[in-house]
Amino acid sequence: MGSLGLREIWRFAWRGISSNRMRSSLTILGVLIGVSSVIILTAVGNGSAAAVRQQIEKLGTNSITVMGMGGGGGGGFSRTRSSTAKGLTIADTTALNNKDNAPHIKQAAPILNATMTCTYGNISATPGSAKGTWPSYFEAANSPVDKGGYWTNDDVAQKRGVAVIGTTLAKNLFDTDSPIDKVIRCAGQNVTVVGVMKSKGTTGFQDSDDVIIMPITFVQRAIAGYGNISQIQVESIDAKSTQLAMDEVTAIMNSQHKIKSTATADYRVLNQSTILQSSTDSSKTLTVLLAAIAAISLLVGGIGITNIMLVSVTERTREIGILKAIGAPKAAILTQFLIEAMMLSLLGGISGVLLGLGISHFSILGVVPVVSLSSVLTAFIVSALVGLVFGGWPANRAASLRPIEALRYE
Amino acid sequence: MTTSVVKVNDLSKTYGAGDTAVYALKKISLEIQQGDFVAIMGASGSGKSTLMNILGCLDAPTAGNYWIRNLDVADLDEEQLAVVRSQLIGFVFQSFNLIPRTSALRNVELPMAYQGVSRADRRRRASEALAAVGLADRMEHQPHELSGGQQQRVAIARALVTEPAMVLADEPTGALDTASTREILELLHELNRKGTTVVVITHEEEVARAARRVIRLRDGEIIEDRTWAA
Repeated sequence: MGSLGLREIWRFAWRGISSNRMRSSLTILGVLIGVSSVIILTAVGNGSAAAVRQQIEKLGTNSITVMGMGGGGGGGFSRTRSSTAKGLTIADTTALNNKDNAPHIKQAAPILNATMTCTYGNISATPGSAKGTWPSYFEAANSPVDKGGYWTNDDVAQKRGVAVIGTTLAKNLFDTDSPIDKVIRCAGQNVTVVGVMKSKGTTGFQDSDDVIIMPITFVQRAIAGYGNISQIQVESIDAKSTQLAMDEVTAIMNSQHKIKSTATADYRVLNQSTILQSSTDSSKTLTVLLAAIAAISLLVGGIGITNIMLVSVTERTREIGILKAIGAPKAAILTQFLIEAMMLSLLGGISGVLLGLGISHFSILGVVPVVSLSSVLTAFIVSALVGLVFGGWPANRAASLRPIEALRYE
Repeated sequence: MTTSVVKVNDLSKTYGAGDTAVYALKKISLEIQQGDFVAIMGASGSGKSTLMNILGCLDAPTAGNYWIRNLDVADLDEEQLAVVRSQLIGFVFQSFNLIPRTSALRNVELPMAYQGVSRADRRRRASEALAAVGLADRMEHQPHELSGGQQQRVAIARALVTEPAMVLADEPTGALDTASTREILELLHELNRKGTTVVVITHEEEVARAARRVIRLRDGEIIEDRTWAA
């Protein structure tokens, strides 16, 4: 009973859809927009998350930064936070480099931040960041030199005016000329450029390439004086050991600064993974938000299906009466209209997936979208369900019509 | 000895309620035997269409009993009524009621689809039925490509293809010219000769003359019930 072949059911559904092509196309378009926007918007969300993650990974996953809370800043003495706070010192750095106490620390380098203006000929530039440090900084901070070379421990010992600069500063001072072995003047001192670092790009508001890195002794002699240092850049032996290395840093710093509880610590230990975590969280929020907007448009598409199926049922009331008169059971009519609604939504779903995948090939608002398989599958399955759910009510209305009333319908 | 296909006892149908109630049928009782050819006649408003809808299980009576092949229709639920319409009744309507944009062959196949007849069998039996009504060369035509007489012949093929216990024809020639009317009556006759019970609702004397038994209705009551000897 009611065992209609699949072919008959499809034929019936196709006849319903093709009897009013314009109307069906517009309905399909509604679902298409819903499905493709789910795919595209989640891809944009994923893409921007991936971009942020990449940026942060470029900065180094096994680098740890120790920041003083009492001293630091411009490099001079500062007693703004606490008079008992002890700033970071070269001695702290030396202690962190002690392999016996810190097996998971590969190396630690002091950083002294300064502000300076550099000139070359009549061109002058103020780098976003000027640092005095040790040669081990370049590895600890994951900042390799691209052109030229590094300055050495000997340069540190001799307090020489040598520098490795970032690509932005190189472009600002030398434009397209090679900066290697050129002498610039920084804070009234002659400084020889020995290398240019590989570009890191921009993180947030800061241009990581607008930098100048010099021996810490030179910065102390020329500008900042021999006081506290600003930061200590620490590198763990590998990415897995970063947490262990951070614990070791905390232990050594506590003993150096005679601190008994973390509440009174006058320094902070930061790691890129901490930053990575918070930025991943915020981009997840973005993705969810975008997906929610897209889901709403899919819902609107579904309501479009309900609307069109109601019209379709009304138009074919008489036909339903005929089918019932020649023996169609309720289930057969229900199935036929449900399949028709699902066909509409699936056509919209399939074309929406194709469109979504197509558009996701292009960069949108500077973000390269990353399509996730799960969003494609979800959007597709939801579009099929949309047909079932939103077509269900009209289909049930059709199937429940009393034959005599359906037949009399004009 | 004959067996009854249809038995109706004190059947009433009212529309509305209380003082404004309108009686379409007033306590009608009748019996139709297997293989009979019955014309139900009456002017418009006599209740003949209401009777036909109840006999065809498209509508339910307000009071009284109706048995089809000894099944009490009042006991049947919607699904079972669909089975009765599918297996026992074949409909022919005044306005043909073919499914639009669907070939003659598919129209005739459709009732068998609801019976679960296999695809190949369906095709064969539908072709045979269309050949029997003289439309062997029109099988792939859609309803709008056929004349009124041809459409009605497709409808008859659709009604007889399931070999129902009874074919119910509601003004089958009402929308047709004289020549087509004669063809359709001839077809119904032939169907009856092969043993199918035929019930025709009509207001045309010419159609009634083709029948063996004539039941006349007026204001929802039977005023005449005559049978001619075969």
